[in-house]
Amino acid sequence: MPRVTYLSHDGNSTTLEVPLGTSVMQAALLEGLDGIVAECGGSCMCATCHVFVQEDQLKLLPEMELGEDAMLDGTAVPRQPNSRLSCQLVMTPEMDGLVVTMPETQT
Amino acid sequence: MQGAGAMSRVVIIGAGHGGFQLAASLRQNGFDGAIVLIGDEPQLPYQRPPLSKDYLSGKIGLDLLLMRPASFFDDQRIELVSGVAVAEIDRAGKTVLLADGKRLSYDHLVLATGARNRVPPLPGIELDGVCYLRNLAETEALKEHLAACRNAVVIGAGFIGLEFAAIARSKEKPVHIIELTERVMGRVVCPETSAHFAKAHRQTGVEFSFGVRVARLGGEGGKVTHVVLDDGRSLPTDLVVISIGVVPNEELAAAAGLAVENGVVVNEQLLTADPNISAIGDCASFPSRHSLKNPVRLEAVQNAADQARCVASRLVGKPHAYEALPWFWSEQGELRLQIAGLTTGFQEVVLRGDYAAGEYSAFCYAGDRLLGIESINKPADHAFARRLLAAGRNVTKAQAADLSFDLRAAATARG
Repeated sequence: MPRVTYLSHDGNSTTLEVPLGTSVMQAALLEGLDGIVAECGGSCMCATCHVFVQEDQLKLLPEMELGEDAMLDGTAVPRQPNSRLSCQLVMTPEMDGLVVTMPETQT
Repeated sequence: MQGAGAMSRVVIIGAGHGGFQLAASLRQNGFDGAIVLIGDEPQLPYQRPPLSKDYLSGKIGLDLLLMRPASFFDDQRIELVSGVAVAEIDRAGKTVLLADGKRLSYDHLVLATGARNRVPPLPGIELDGVCYLRNLAETEALKEHLAACRNAVVIGAGFIGLEFAAIARSKEKPVHIIELTERVMGRVVCPETSAHFAKAHRQTGVEFSFGVRVARLGGEGGKVTHVVLDDGRSLPTDLVVISIGVVPNEELAAAAGLAVENGVVVNEQLLTADPNISAIGDCASFPSRHSLKNPVRLEAVQNAADQARCVASRLVGKPHAYEALPWFWSEQGELRLQIAGLTTGFQEVVLRGDYAAGEYSAFCYAGDRLLGIESINKPADHAFARRLLAAGRNVTKAQAADLSFDLRAAATARG
């Protein structure tokens, strides 16, 4: 099963097996990770599942849709070029080994 | 930590979004005492918004609905008491009595009791096939009825009724919505947005009857078979969804002698008149700097979760007034509605964007004050709206109407 590594803002690392078709956000919630809030439950409505993706892996991800791009302008920690909303990162085989960093706060 | 000795046991009544978030935030803030989270439903705490969306449609299962796995509650030392209602609060003794006879003591008690469906006093309301859509059990029952349904009638054209209608239409079920007032979502959106949504739903095949009252529900063999309207019409149906809003669960507080008035009355720090009892979420009536009229009671995940964070902060010795900007959302088929701020009491609406194409924002004003912004399939505006309103910045009506006015710059300006 593909794996994703989640880094907290203070450097703690957790690696999870994420089933294909499950989002990076859902996997984090199911594990009870602290750094992702996902207040809207994964509808791309709230911008509280913000992550920073390791730069060289951006090309492995599903393309960003307009709604996600727009909501990233409303994140608590300002967006960077490698920002994504993890509810939109649905696991594919290519994403195995993905590393995401969670911001200090989501709200 | 301040008061760690005096504040060693927090009991939370209600394991919805507010109650769950409070428990989680207490631990995140370093609270080391006991946390008891009491819920009257049997499941682990779960997310409600997907019930009327991806869960009802069948897109996601129960596993993805849960707030956290069971292990989270053990790891965080959150004692979950599930499937039990609270019968009584004893403020003098600082205990709560559970319906099963157990008594729990508290140092601080938080009421996160939420709200319940408003049930209309209609003849036939008890018939099989009359469904609701607020908790998991209701959604399961509705899902089953929807699968077999031939004709659905929805009573009430609010968020829930319309979200249900969109899913029913996606399954090609005929849907007729009965609304007492003259427009959809009349309590929360401007007339322009109501008109847009009604039109869009009609285009997908939803039928509406406005300004009409339901007289009774008729049935055969215990099952609902038709809805009789007070204009004399009788609509054949095998599924009736009641979505006419909710009432706050304030009875426990009232019985304990706390003030209630459309919710449990709390101050700007979400504290009741009893210094050992707070209230948050759908059940709380509170003063908001974002509201034209006060107090307000809001039915929203954002409000419940942010109020939980506010109370958690106070309980670990960092009190502050609750000032989070309210925001709301609804998904109805292709329609995405996002609202920032509280627009109740608006007098004027300025539309920005392409209303005809259904990608626009409605800026709602009282006098010159911008109260809130409804964004329809326009998420960028919503992201900026939240920043603008949270910062207390105004956008004039002329600026709102002017597409060359840079909303991003206004929202992200420093100072």
